[in-house]
Amino acid sequence: MPDGSVAEVKDALAKVGYLADEPAALVSFLAQQLGKPVLVEGPAGVGKTELAKALSRASGRELIRLQCYEGLDEAKALYEWNYRKQLLRIQAGGEEGWEDVHGDIFDKEFLLERPLLQAISSAEPVVLLIDEIDKTDQEFEAMLLELLSDFQITIPELGQVAATTMPIVVLTSNNSRELTEALKRRCLYLWLDYPELEREMEIVRLHAPELPEALARRMVEVVRMVRALDLKKPPSIAESIDWARTLLLMGAEDIDRETFEQSMSIIVKHRTDIELVAERVGVKLAEPVRTEG
Amino acid sequence: MPSPYGPKAEAGPPGLAAKLLGFCEELRGEGVAVGTSEILDAFAALDHVPWTSRDDFREALAATIAKSQEDRRLFELLFDRWFFRSAEAEAIERGIEEQGQRYEGGERLDIDELQEQIRQAIVEGDDGEMRDLARLAISAFGRQGEGSGVVGVDVQRIRRTLGLSAGTQPPGEDGAGELPPIDREQLNAFERHLRRELERDLIERTSTLPPSRPLAELDRALPTSPTQDLAAVHRAVSQMKRRLATLGQEQRGRRKGQAVDVRRTMRASLETGGVPLRLRYRPKRPRRPEIYVLCDVSTSVTSASVFFLSVLHALHDSFRKLRSFVFIERISEVTEVFEHERDFRAIAQRISSEGGVADVSGYTDYGRVWLEFLGKISDELDPRSTVIVLGDARTNGREPHAEIFAQVSERAGRLFWLNPEPRLYWNYGDSVMAAYERHCDGAFECWTTRHLENFVNVVAGGVPAAD
Repeated sequence: MPDGSVAEVKDALAKVGYLADEPAALVSFLAQQLGKPVLVEGPAGVGKTELAKALSRASGRELIRLQCYEGLDEAKALYEWNYRKQLLRIQAGGEEGWEDVHGDIFDKEFLLERPLLQAISSAEPVVLLIDEIDKTDQEFEAMLLELLSDFQITIPELGQVAATTMPIVVLTSNNSRELTEALKRRCLYLWLDYPELEREMEIVRLHAPELPEALARRMVEVVRMVRALDLKKPPSIAESIDWARTLLLMGAEDIDRETFEQSMSIIVKHRTDIELVAERVGVKLAEPVRTEG
Repeated sequence: MPSPYGPKAEAGPPGLAAKLLGFCEELRGEGVAVGTSEILDAFAALDHVPWTSRDDFREALAATIAKSQEDRRLFELLFDRWFFRSAEAEAIERGIEEQGQRYEGGERLDIDELQEQIRQAIVEGDDGEMRDLARLAISAFGRQGEGSGVVGVDVQRIRRTLGLSAGTQPPGEDGAGELPPIDREQLNAFERHLRRELERDLIERTSTLPPSRPLAELDRALPTSPTQDLAAVHRAVSQMKRRLATLGQEQRGRRKGQAVDVRRTMRASLETGGVPLRLRYRPKRPRRPEIYVLCDVSTSVTSASVFFLSVLHALHDSFRKLRSFVFIERISEVTEVFEHERDFRAIAQRISSEGGVADVSGYTDYGRVWLEFLGKISDELDPRSTVIVLGDARTNGREPHAEIFAQVSERAGRLFWLNPEPRLYWNYGDSVMAAYERHCDGAFECWTTRHLENFVNVVAGGVPAAD
């Protein structure tokens, strides 16, 4: 990925199908220039994870992804010793003394690399995505600090493993809990929100190019109306794209009340939400035009 | 509010570095935690972006300094103000003025045409255009000797004279067809330009900067309109949820009192040839908050009950295991209502029509409420449950039955009382707060969103914020 200026980064991202707005492009650019991790926050479905994927595509780097969840621990995120192999090694040694063996079995050969270790020990620079960091507990966050500030991991038996190449690190959070100051301090911060009308239209038209412009505009307007309501789960960008494709399949020419009610379940996925949307948005749409006869 | 980092820096040596540090001081004064490492990052980032682009400059600073949405909001507010003030201070110092040229032609302008152009610019949302037109408008109206000298008043006067209002526009007088509707946001943007230009004008005339005030207190008195502060309440409650979530994590980390899981230990021992080298523990389940909320909706707390209902509304959004009750003379469960209705107004209406809590007099009877509450769900209360009472503890002279309340408190893990009256009024008249407070794990006055946040802090194990 070219790294000369913000505009170039933006273009590169657009080429791989991600239309970044100014802040997103600028932060991606700074992340490369400064070698700092990026913390991306925002509502669900605004393309936080997609940004990392797009960065990986645009820069031609491999994407290593660590999906966080409650109870994620070092053994699954960093590394684990391969017990079985170690055991075999000891048994295969036969009459060998402890002195010979114990240096041997704590060797790289017996190490199972998990995503974080993979990312920093990779020979090629990678993009590391730590997804939904807010799902883990605080201990795990603390463990990440060494990796994020120094790009190194300490393994007691081996010493420090320092990164040979600089990964681009992207952390995403849905803001379901407050992250620690220490973690935030080490990151650049990017707040992603639902895009402006024009940008969302561009995004939709990029992914559903056959959709006529007028219909796309109408559709995005309706989606924005739906988002403005107080819903349990407002429609994401991915869902607008899905809806656009659905409208294409239905061969709709305009979004009238009937089309809306038929396809509404694509963007609204909660029973109480559906009722609310039907009541508030549905009525604003025109009655379907019926041909005479 | 004095900054915890000491007095604010005086206008220091010239140059951008000093200005930036001053800006960071200002942010700290407003409560944004800007550390040295953030400042270093900001300078490093500025190495890589062109300073000529205001947006890039601002975004680079924001990405390195403002690390949450709330910080970002404060950052936006202060960024504009700080750099505007800096530029103006510099201008005064060097004696630079935009003599004359600034208002040239303003008086000769045709008002109708100006109006039309402004409308156009607002609809199109063109920032630069709006700024220029704001200047023209000021010169057209402000220089006719009508300026009140108070910026806020002048802004509104100009807006009214131009006939600008948000929403759909009334049809033109000449019947030239409908005017496009004006977006509230855009209109606000135009007003901001007006305000800024008027301020600039004032500074230039008086050659002094007005003192910088801290941002308006976000604190408000009890909201009276249901939708007005719903958002603020929701924010406080979602914060509470986040804090409680973190709290759960802390408790889980301890190894204390963990039970060995024999089955999993045996399975794991297969790896090591049947020797149980590693003990496996039963996973500790996080403590799911199970909350019972009792809310007084009688007339003595009319003004507060809107606030309380909105607290309930927000709680329902955040906690799955929540049961809510409203009471006056009797108690009635309204969990269902909150689960099926999303709209706040509809909820308020349904509760008043179907709650069935008023009997004859319409006065609160706390004693009876405790009896009924205990009778209804005493079996379900256990040490994991938290009971929150929202009420003023005014019994109207009836028997308070504090001993029954004590039983509720005994069965529940924790019991909190939120009182919509200032602490000063507790125990005056028919308030029997003292009798109940003894059995509570905490009693708080709660009539602003700030109080609510304070309560959240205490519940989550933090220290109460100073009043």
